[in-house]
Amino acid sequence: MTDLTALESDLAAQIAAASDLAALDAVRVWALGKTGQISTLLKSLGSMSPDERREQGPKINGLRDRASALIAERKITLEAAALEAQLAAERVDLTLPAPPRRKGSVHPTMQVMDEMVAIFAEMGFSVAEGPDIEDDFHNFTGLNFPPKHPAREMHDTFFFAPGEDGERKLLRTHTSPIQVRVMQQGQNQKNEAPQWASGREPPIRVIGPGRTYRCDSDRTHTPMFHQMEGLVIDRNIHMGHLKWTLETFIKRFFETDSVVTRFRPHHFPFTEPSAEMDVQCDRSAGSIKIGEGTDWLEILGGGMVHPNILRICGLDPDTWQGFAFGLGIDRLGMLKYGMPDLRDVFAADSRWLEHYGFSAFAAPNLASGLS
Amino acid sequence: MKFTLSWLKDHLDTAATAAEVEDAMTMAGLEVEHVTDPAAKLAAFSVAKIVEAVQHPNADRLRVCQVDTKDGRKEIVCGAPNARPGLTTIYAPLGAYIPGSGVTLEPRAVRGVVSNGMLCSAAELETATESDGILELADNLAVGTPAAQALGLEAVIDFEVTPNRPDWLGVAGIARDLAATGLGRFTTAPVEPVKGAFPCPIDIRLDGSDACPAFSGRLIRGVKNGPSPAWLQARLKAIGLRPISTLVDITNLITYDRARPLHVYDAATLTGGFIEARLGREGEQVAALDGETYAVTPEICVIADGSGAIGLGGVMGGLSTGCSDATTDVFVESAWFDPIRTAQAGRSTGISSDAQYRFARGVDPGFMVTGLELATRLILDLCGGEPSEVRVAGQVPAPSAPIAFDPAYVEQLSGLDIGADRALEILTVLGFSMVGQGATLSVQPPTWRRDVDGKADLVEEVARIAGYGALPSTSLPELPRAVGGVLSVRQSRARAGRRALAALGWSEAVTWSFTARRFAELFGGGQPQLVLANPIAAELDCMRPSILPTLIEAAVRNAKRGFADVALFEIGPIFSGDRPQDQRTAVTGVLVPHPPRRWDGVKIDDLFALKSDLLTLLDELGAPTASLQTAQGAAASWWHPGRSARLQLGPRAVIAEFGALHPSVLKALDVDGPVYGFEIFLEAIPEPKRKAVKTRPALELSPLMPLSRDFAFVVEDRIAAGDLVRAVAGADKTLIASARVFDVYAGPGVPEGAKSLAVEVSVQPRDHTLAEAEIEALSAKIVAAAGKAVGAKLRG
Repeated sequence: MTDLTALESDLAAQIAAASDLAALDAVRVWALGKTGQISTLLKSLGSMSPDERREQGPKINGLRDRASALIAERKITLEAAALEAQLAAERVDLTLPAPPRRKGSVHPTMQVMDEMVAIFAEMGFSVAEGPDIEDDFHNFTGLNFPPKHPAREMHDTFFFAPGEDGERKLLRTHTSPIQVRVMQQGQNQKNEAPQWASGREPPIRVIGPGRTYRCDSDRTHTPMFHQMEGLVIDRNIHMGHLKWTLETFIKRFFETDSVVTRFRPHHFPFTEPSAEMDVQCDRSAGSIKIGEGTDWLEILGGGMVHPNILRICGLDPDTWQGFAFGLGIDRLGMLKYGMPDLRDVFAADSRWLEHYGFSAFAAPNLASGLS
Repeated sequence: MKFTLSWLKDHLDTAATAAEVEDAMTMAGLEVEHVTDPAAKLAAFSVAKIVEAVQHPNADRLRVCQVDTKDGRKEIVCGAPNARPGLTTIYAPLGAYIPGSGVTLEPRAVRGVVSNGMLCSAAELETATESDGILELADNLAVGTPAAQALGLEAVIDFEVTPNRPDWLGVAGIARDLAATGLGRFTTAPVEPVKGAFPCPIDIRLDGSDACPAFSGRLIRGVKNGPSPAWLQARLKAIGLRPISTLVDITNLITYDRARPLHVYDAATLTGGFIEARLGREGEQVAALDGETYAVTPEICVIADGSGAIGLGGVMGGLSTGCSDATTDVFVESAWFDPIRTAQAGRSTGISSDAQYRFARGVDPGFMVTGLELATRLILDLCGGEPSEVRVAGQVPAPSAPIAFDPAYVEQLSGLDIGADRALEILTVLGFSMVGQGATLSVQPPTWRRDVDGKADLVEEVARIAGYGALPSTSLPELPRAVGGVLSVRQSRARAGRRALAALGWSEAVTWSFTARRFAELFGGGQPQLVLANPIAAELDCMRPSILPTLIEAAVRNAKRGFADVALFEIGPIFSGDRPQDQRTAVTGVLVPHPPRRWDGVKIDDLFALKSDLLTLLDELGAPTASLQTAQGAAASWWHPGRSARLQLGPRAVIAEFGALHPSVLKALDVDGPVYGFEIFLEAIPEPKRKAVKTRPALELSPLMPLSRDFAFVVEDRIAAGDLVRAVAGADKTLIASARVFDVYAGPGVPEGAKSLAVEVSVQPRDHTLAEAEIEALSAKIVAAAGKAVGAKLRG
């Protein structure tokens, strides 16, 4: 008769000694395989007397159950160790660089333009545009610049050679031609150039951003820059509305309530009365800080649309009145974000674009704050 | 326009300081550019008298002076050779900052003697660049008089005169506006005419043209010319003018005092007994007072006498007839020259004189003869002589017509509620006169306000003087809003495209709308009507036909700075002509790939990476990407013919072009290739149909598993993969969801001149799981379609 106790302790030792799953399986076959030690003992039960079987049966079955459990337990341990070894072998060096990806950005002038559109859209303005190549009428005469008037010379206009009809086209010197396009009654461009504004009936409330050009170049002047026109025409719009609109815009744009502005008289051929707005600033540190200090900086101009322009556009100045203003988009962006030199804005230096540019996902909106 | 505070006070009774004047001017629309106030710099310095000066005990060249100062008697050590008893000079107390030497005075022993202050030279006060001793001042100056006052230095205010206000080019005009703001009282007395003693012997002739509609003059005989008195010289010097002689200085004084230019002729040099203002004649020349000779054109006004042209009317007098110290008989001219012709004369001669500047902006026609009388009086006072009667030819332009004005319009247009009385009071102080009352009121602008011609101008006058600070801040009334947002489809697309590209790793640039004409020509542009007549630089003389050249130039600049790996984009205008409809908006990208080397050995095909970005972008822009044809080799000449394509909805609906730039174009632009790019024509992307409701079609999800089958086709080399895929996908539009090339192979096993294209076809069963026989039938259809379309055969 096999010594069950000896067999069990031998088996336990073998299971504990099995160092991998193959060795454990060999132990299992040795003990529980078809001809294994315990299997053979179980088979021997059949040839035993009932009494012997009654005594031996539970012992042998008990041994088998304990052996199976031990093996299963050992198997879990060994599997865990095997997995750990495999994972250790799969290690990669995650300090290695990821595949390179270029970092894109939105140009600050375009970002600022979007900020401005967000502010004015909330005030009920829509966006109108006009062509960069304009004629004398839209850029000057229609805006109440008398022919040969000295105010024209102050515009440093880029001209093209006269065409066959003798007409000299020009690059618009301001975004104000958009005013004329929007106000001119009965002028519909929809068919030829649907992208540009065409005459609409009051009430009118539009902004007109775009490229403008002057024959000038230094730290604060470039031959091309961006302006934004604003135009409001209704029956009872007065200069106080212009003041509120610009004050509100400046506070929202610079995102501070502490910005102090002042309105003072000026002269533009296209507005009467005309005004310029100054913002209080501090220049002491060599750069300009808005919302501090005691200096003044002129930031935009506007006024009540000149009655002559309303007449030229087919609107009766005794019925309709309103205001217009113009501001420098790049310039206000430079002030807000501290860009020192206007020329850099158009130089496309990749380092500058990365430094002053904006994330694709930073689309300005009033819900999250502009910037 | 420059003036001094004391000059202003000739016309304005006020106690205001320079700073207060500056502020009042700014708020009344006279934009002050800067104020140079020597009084501020010299505030610490004052007049002192040396009582005693003895040799310094320890230094040969020093004197120890006892000085009477505003602080009492002081012992001061001085090294100046002219430090002598009785001298009136300038004293600086301890603690004063000496601008000329940059030091702050401290109590300090000089060779054993403590100096309690300093006596100053002109250089130390920065009133002269060098000096050889301390200042020597008039004995009658009281001790303690501020240095700036003693030296006759005063604040000079420089401001920008807007073109509508030529009357501000005279100090009296400035004073009138400042008086209206409440800064003081306007004190300028009316000019009394001077009775002539004899008829003017010189005739005045006009040619009847618009060049000079009116001309007045008179002879003054027996004058004595020479240097002008000190007060007059000081006044002119203070604003940077050079005194010349009394007669000339008087005309300059009146030019700046009353915005009334005049001219004085030495009557002895005039010939023919007449003076004439007329348009110039071809071939005429004038030797002007500046020593230059100017050719005259028939567009500008000249002054002539019996000898021909002797001056440029309203611009500059002639050398031959100018006054000198020998002049005894002077002919004084006060005329009214046409502003536009004078501006033109300024441009064609290049002369911008004080007279030209004023006539070009328009001088007060009502002051022409008055100005002559004022000049006469000054000449008689300073040079003596006997005046003739005034001679006037022609007629000055009429003043602006009276303006019907309801004072209530002030509030209607400006929002300013100040009452009719105050409004009319302001207009009156400014020189306007009223007829009638209330709604029937009529306002006559003064002769010097030819810019005022409507009721809005009157509102500006009232609001400007009342102060824009008083304007209310009134919120805009609510307007019915458009429900669909404020941007057009095109504007929204440009915004979406910008942010999509930035998210895909492209950096947005803004480059000039113009480029060099030769670069424009490389990209199909350079038409004569797009060439600027006055470019800022020769390399920026032509409107761009494409954004590609300006972006490539930007990439070149970055590469030259050592940053070669760039992906730049721009959304902006391109020009095919000079009409509004010829300007389109392009969304353009330029990729110059120099990516960093990779440790994992993976190589990216940059052209296909660009194609991937482009298609993603087109999706974001709302282009129908599924229906776009890729027309390879159809792109314009500036693209690499084998590595570029057009994306189009049809041959006339080109949405975009992309690919590698042509090597010869790159060479002309001086850039090392390869350079990849794309250009999308934003307006060419069809706008979506407007839908009344925003609901989308119901989503139909098949319960049946999709399956995929691979096909390896052999086609001729020239066959485009896209054509094969289109044929495959079109073999059964119901079942085939998509088809995609996943392998391209040429080499052993594939015949010469052919290639193998492996296509994965995704099949979506519709209403039942496909039986093997159905799948076989579908496969046969695919193979047949591929064979028919591009001659493809299954690879054996």
